[in-house]
Amino acid sequence: MKATFASFRSAGRSGLATIGAVVFGIGVLGIVVLGTSRALPQNEDTAARKNRKSTYAALAEAPEKARERTNPFEGDIQAVVAGGKLFEQHCADCHGRKAGGTRKGPSLLREKVRQATPGTMFWILTNGVVRRGMPVWSKLPEPERWQIVAFLQSLKLQPATSQLMKNSQSAEPARP
Amino acid sequence: MVARAIPKPIQQTFPGVVILVFSLLFCRSSLAQESPYIVTYDHYLEEPGSLEVEYFSTFGTQRGGNDFDAFWTEFEYGATAWWTTEFYVDGQTTFNDSTIFTGFRWENRFRLLQREHIVNPVLYIEYENTSGADKILKEVEGHDIESDYADSNAVLRKEHDHELELKLLLSSTFKGWNVAVNPIVTKNLLPSEPWEFAYAIGASRPLALKALPNRCNFCLENFIAGVEMYGGLGDTQSAGLHDTSHYLAPVVAWNLPSDWTFRLSSGFGLNDNSHRLLLRWGLSREFSSFGEMVGRLFRGRP
Repeated sequence: MKATFASFRSAGRSGLATIGAVVFGIGVLGIVVLGTSRALPQNEDTAARKNRKSTYAALAEAPEKARERTNPFEGDIQAVVAGGKLFEQHCADCHGRKAGGTRKGPSLLREKVRQATPGTMFWILTNGVVRRGMPVWSKLPEPERWQIVAFLQSLKLQPATSQLMKNSQSAEPARP
Repeated sequence: MVARAIPKPIQQTFPGVVILVFSLLFCRSSLAQESPYIVTYDHYLEEPGSLEVEYFSTFGTQRGGNDFDAFWTEFEYGATAWWTTEFYVDGQTTFNDSTIFTGFRWENRFRLLQREHIVNPVLYIEYENTSGADKILKEVEGHDIESDYADSNAVLRKEHDHELELKLLLSSTFKGWNVAVNPIVTKNLLPSEPWEFAYAIGASRPLALKALPNRCNFCLENFIAGVEMYGGLGDTQSAGLHDTSHYLAPVVAWNLPSDWTFRLSSGFGLNDNSHRLLLRWGLSREFSSFGEMVGRLFRGRP
């Protein structure tokens, strides 16, 4: 009886420790989340504008050699469609499904981005703009990054691209 | 016996329940391109504002004792593009013995350089509060060897470890290949304990470098395969390979378009001090915009 009671007490302690650890962890995460989420509402527009401005400024930081690189998938419609899929999977959360920008990331339809060379876009995608919240995307293989650039380039011809994406999605086979 | 039956189901179902609750609560998610490593770290951090919930399990064989299944749940949050913070809850079941909670860990990873370089360094700092019965073997340090885990849980859990662990994560990606090297230094916070050394290295590559235009579960671009090797390197009192254990593990990750990632690793002990087999698997899901959602919740943003 005594042994059973001791064992029960030990199990109870273990359960309490689990709950304590979970509460501690959630507390720590909560502090980090609240502490690192963006500026307060009244400052938000100003902060977001400032952030976007400096994110666009990063386009000018691409080295000459990187800017001159050409997209190996230039004119490849399959690459544009694949790039659209990758964009939706990895980029749309911040830049918006139509690349028009969100609270988290700038629009990619702005003139500054449209005028950027494919090499510049590839460089930004590879290196990110870490200090402004854009992570590096070199974890995507180089051809996939070029596919995303092909999709971004195609946004210059937006109506045609939209139709292309629509056609591709309607022709999409059922998931295996 | 009755007492053991109470926490066991709770501890075993807890990670699954957590993942399910998060899945139901936060529908927005994004496809993660997760590396297949379970022990080694590359230099890629969690996307800012994203929360990744992960459950891992390690089945280990044990000579001179009972085999075990150690498990842990991770909550990984991208605080900024250069800082990721992660909280772990560990537990284990030793067959023919008991299921117990074995502690928690809090780790932080800091990207040191703004841009990509040939080798990219990330600083890793972890605090561990675990018992001697912790068997997740996420790191094999110092003179950790198989026989250290042979005792019963009742004996092992009497030991408490408060450790600080530092790693320098060095990683490079070229032509689809990722190579990562992690030198590890660990200090038990008791002054009498020595600094312990360890290593983890890994190499991996996606099975296809180009994406297909259509969404698919089984296309090669969704799979990343590789191999990792890890082990101890002694401590400040006796550095070197004697009385250390080492493992070689082929690994694979399957990044599903439905936002889940499945990882599998089969680690083989490379010497007599190592467990013969460490079979690991993990399931994770990433929830993007978690930070934004919490911000809205507490700050009343539109």
